[in-house]
Amino acid sequence: MLLYILRRLMIALCVAVTVSVVSFSLLHLSGDLATAIAGPEASASQVEEVRVQFGLNRPLTTQYVEWLEHAVQLDFGKSFYFQDQVINMVAERLPITLKLGGISLLLAIVVAIPLGVLAALYRDTWIDRIALVIAVVGQAMPSFWFGLTLILLFSVTLHWLPVSGNERWQNFVLPALALGYYAMPAMMRLTRSGMLEVLNADYIRTARAKGISKYKVIFKHALRNAIIPVVALAAVELGFMLGGSVVIESVYSMQGLGQLAWDAISRNDYPVVQAVVLIIAMFYIGLTFLADVINALLDPRMRTSTGKS
Amino acid sequence: MTTHTSALAATRNLQSVLKPLPLWRRRLRRLLGYRGLMLGAVMLGVIVLAAIFAPLLAPYDPYSQDVSQRLIPPLWHSLGSWEHVLGTDKLGRDYLSRLIFGARVSLLIGFASALISGVIGTTLGVLAGYFGGRVDAFISYVITTRLAMPVVLVALAMASLVGGSLHVVIILLGLLLWDRFAVVTRSATQQLRNAEFITAAKAVGASTPYILLREILPNIMSALIVVMTLEMAHAILLEATLSFLGLGVQPPTPSWGLMVAEGKSYMFFKPWVIVIPGVALALLVLAINLVGDGLRDINAPDGRN
Repeated sequence: MLLYILRRLMIALCVAVTVSVVSFSLLHLSGDLATAIAGPEASASQVEEVRVQFGLNRPLTTQYVEWLEHAVQLDFGKSFYFQDQVINMVAERLPITLKLGGISLLLAIVVAIPLGVLAALYRDTWIDRIALVIAVVGQAMPSFWFGLTLILLFSVTLHWLPVSGNERWQNFVLPALALGYYAMPAMMRLTRSGMLEVLNADYIRTARAKGISKYKVIFKHALRNAIIPVVALAAVELGFMLGGSVVIESVYSMQGLGQLAWDAISRNDYPVVQAVVLIIAMFYIGLTFLADVINALLDPRMRTSTGKS
Repeated sequence: MTTHTSALAATRNLQSVLKPLPLWRRRLRRLLGYRGLMLGAVMLGVIVLAAIFAPLLAPYDPYSQDVSQRLIPPLWHSLGSWEHVLGTDKLGRDYLSRLIFGARVSLLIGFASALISGVIGTTLGVLAGYFGGRVDAFISYVITTRLAMPVVLVALAMASLVGGSLHVVIILLGLLLWDRFAVVTRSATQQLRNAEFITAAKAVGASTPYILLREILPNIMSALIVVMTLEMAHAILLEATLSFLGLGVQPPTPSWGLMVAEGKSYMFFKPWVIVIPGVALALLVLAINLVGDGLRDINAPDGRN
C-alpha cells in the first residue's frame, strides 16, 4: 500500500513539473511577450527596453529554471501590471474560487448520486427517462449561457438572488448551480451504470437470497461498490471546475482566481497567468492523487493493477 | 411482505408482458430505444442542411446593418413582425440570418478541431495500446500531463497572444482536445492486440504499419466515431465560450457564442438576444450528443458507458 502511494506520488510530481514546462513554453512560444507588454504603438527600442527590463532577452531555459526555482518556494514574482507579489494576489482570490468549486461539487454530488441510483433501480421506466433528459440537457447547455439565463430568471424576473458579486452566500447560489449542473450529468451516468453493473453481481443476489432487506442491500452492499469510480470522477470534476471557473466568474463578476486569470490574460500580465495555470494544475494533480489513494483504500483490487491514466 | 416488489420484479413484470407478442414488440422496443438517436440525427440533419444552404435560406445578408432597425423583438413578442422573424441585433442585423450563418461557424469548428484532435489522439492511443510497455508508459504519461492542464485557461492565454480568429480556434482546440481519443483508442487497441486475426496477420508477414492501419483501425472505428461526436460537441461549446469571452471568432463573423456576448449588455431588457443563440447552441450540442449516445448504445447495448 505504501509502495503504491509512493509510486503515485512520484508520478504526480513528474506530471507537475512537466505541466509547468509545457505551460511555460506554450506561453512563451505563442507570441512575443515583450511586444505584447509594450503595446501596439511601441517603437522597436521601447520593445527592446521592455525585453531587458523583464528579463525576456535571456534564453528560455534560463528563464524557466529561474522561474521554477522561485515557484517551488511559492514565489511567482511580481505582477507586470500591479507591482504586487503574484502570490498575494492569488492568495486573496483563491478562497472564493475554492468555495465556489466546493459548493458546486457538493450540489452536483447531492443530485447526481440519488438520481443515478434511482435511474438504475427503475431502469427503463419514466424515472430513468427523466434522469436521462436532465443529464442530456445539462451536457448540452454552454455553462456561461446557463449562468446568464439563471440571472434572467432568478435575479431579474423573480428578484430572489443578486446578479453579481461574491460578498454574501446568496452570491454563490447561481454560479454554483451553473457550474454544478455542468458537472452533474457525468457523475449521474457513472452512478447509474455502476449500480446496474453491481446489482447484477453474484454477491448481491446472494445477499438478497439470504433475506437481507432490499434497502440494506442497495445502500450497504451495492452503492458502496458502485460509488468507487464516482469518487475518482468527482475529484477530476473539481479540478475541471477550478479551471472552468474563469467563465462563470466572469459571468457573475466574482473576484476569484478565474477572474484574476482572465484580467491578467487581457493585460498580458504573464507572471499571474503562469502562476494561476500552475496552481490549478497542481490542484488537479493533487485531487487525482487523492482520488487514487481513496480508491485504493476502498477497493484493494486497485492496488495491484497498473491503474488508469 | 410487500417490500418484495423490487425493481427486479418490476422488470420481470415487463418481460412477462412482452412475452405474448415477442417479435413486433421487440422490434418496436428497439426502435424506441434508438428514439434518441433518431431525434438527434434529424435535428443535426436540419442544422447541417441549414448551414450548407445558408445563402439560400437566410432572408437577409447577415452582415448588413441598419441602424433604424435596431433590437427589433422576435415574432412571438407583441412588437414582433414577419419582417424579422427572430428580430434584429444592436446593429440592426437580421437575427435569423445571423443564426443560420452562425451554424456554419459552429459546425466547421466542431468538425475541423475534432478531426485534428482525432488524428493526434488516435495515433497516440493506437501506438500505446498496440506496443504496450515503455511506449504505453510514455504515452500514458503524456495523456496524464495533458489532462492536468486547465484547457480553458491555456486556450484563452494562447488565443490572447496569437490573436483570436476562426483558424486559431480550430488549431488550438484541435491541439488541446485529443485526450479522450487517446484514452479510448488505447484501451480499444489493447483489447484487440492479442486477437487471432492480428496474430494471423503477423504470421503471414504483414508489416506493422499495415496491421495498425488496415487491421486495428477499422476495428476501433465504431468507438472512434462515438468519441468524434462527443468531442465535436465539446469543441463547439468551447468555441462558444472563447468567442463569448472575446478571444474566439471575431466580429462581425456570426458565431453563436459571440452573439450571446454581443447581446449580454441588453439582456436585462431584451432577453431574447441571448436566449435565441443560446438555445441554438444547446440544440446543436444536444443533437450531436444524442447521436453519439445512440451510436454508443448500439455498440454496447447493456447500457454501460
